[in-house]
Amino acid sequence: MTAARVCGGFTFGEQSLFNDVALELPTGRWTCLIGASGIGKSTILRLIAGLDTGGSFNGKLETSSAVAYMAQSDLLLPWLTLRQNVNLGKRQRNEEPDNSRVGQVLEAVGLLSHADKKPAQLSGGMRQRAALARTLLEDRPLVLLDEPFSALDAQTRHQVQALAYDMLRGRTVLLVTHDLLEAVRLADQLVELTPAGVRNHTLPDSAPPRDASNPAVIACQAGLLQASHRGGVSRRA
Amino acid sequence: MNRLKQLRDVAICAITLLALWQIVVWITGVPRYILPGPVQVLSALVDNFDLVMQHFRITAIEVLTGIVLGVSLGISTAISLMLSTPLRRVTMPMLVLSQVIPVFALAPLLTLWLGYGLASKIAMTLLIIYFPVTSSLLDGLSNTSPGYLDLARTMGASRKEVLLQIRLPAALPSLASGLRLAAVYAPIGAVIGEWVGASSGLGYLMLLANGRVKIDLMFAALFALCVFAILLRAAMGWLADRVESWSTGTTV
Repeated sequence: MTAARVCGGFTFGEQSLFNDVALELPTGRWTCLIGASGIGKSTILRLIAGLDTGGSFNGKLETSSAVAYMAQSDLLLPWLTLRQNVNLGKRQRNEEPDNSRVGQVLEAVGLLSHADKKPAQLSGGMRQRAALARTLLEDRPLVLLDEPFSALDAQTRHQVQALAYDMLRGRTVLLVTHDLLEAVRLADQLVELTPAGVRNHTLPDSAPPRDASNPAVIACQAGLLQASHRGGVSRRA
Repeated sequence: MNRLKQLRDVAICAITLLALWQIVVWITGVPRYILPGPVQVLSALVDNFDLVMQHFRITAIEVLTGIVLGVSLGISTAISLMLSTPLRRVTMPMLVLSQVIPVFALAPLLTLWLGYGLASKIAMTLLIIYFPVTSSLLDGLSNTSPGYLDLARTMGASRKEVLLQIRLPAALPSLASGLRLAAVYAPIGAVIGEWVGASSGLGYLMLLANGRVKIDLMFAALFALCVFAILLRAAMGWLADRVESWSTGTTV
């Protein structure tokens, strides 16, 4: 079962970004997409999300129309309280807010006591947890995460990764990241994007979220790094 | 504490200026019908206080009405231009073109069409602030952070909801700068209107006093105008700060 599928190439005007990509997102699993900066990881995510990419895609794109999206920036609206921000989807669609569910989700991410504060009063980690709560409240089967943890400090990132994995259980997730450890920790399927196409990498046997101190996780991450030195993980000039 | 320091600096600045003014009058010995000293101006202000206040009131009404109308019109123009792309394409060049004509040049026409009363001055004030308010808000509305728009799109938001719930609140700091500009420009509009043709207002009083070589009264009217402009700027600045801090979710 696949929740979304992208097959094809992508060009910006005359310039080709990637060719012959074939990416499938297995239902209910985490797919982590890695690759050098500027290689088009985010473009693939935006294609699946139905967002503007600024270029043209040639190929086949199968995706569900209902996705939840979370970006590197928390995208909390500064004039709304956390509670209102978490409810943004329903506000935007003029639907009745489900206050009890908002409360549950805020409690799950540990922000219930801050529900009536504005984002400017919170730390970066708290804001990203609020963004996670907003993503959860959208309650979509397909969740697209575009480097959502990369602006956080290492310890906060570690906590928020585990929280996100826990909260998004059962959903299909595409995580675009440049953090190899993060990818190895969370992936059910680890895919590297190169100009030539995609390449699948093998993962440690243990189930995600994997312990960052697990030797197999460290070895896997080291393997990815070594591959990049040999030119296996592509670099763009 | 900061406010207090700011006030102290303003006071020092004002006293220095007044002292310089008096010194220039003493050193050059210019006759009082060319440049009266601050003491003479003050005494003219005290002697003619009721007269000055009567004209002050008229100018204040013109400026405040012009601001309310100009800001409302500017906000509604910016929002309607955002709602309709064809409308924006047709109207934007017209708006820019209208700015090529100096508003001052229109003053005689406005007086001809709207008469010597309040209407022509309110129209001048409105015209002079309409464009800065419209263009600053329009600028803010069309420069919403793309991340917010991406998010709204994945949430299935309609164009109207994006405008009202995201673009407009996010553009309020831009509107705030438009309001600050409006506070500076608005008195100019009203006074120009009064110079061109009026029977009341501080601009009219200045012309009248000038004609009768009552230069101290002219300075007194100018002083009243300055006080009004400063108060207006402070009030609009206060409002703009509130609008801005609401939008950014911070305290002033």
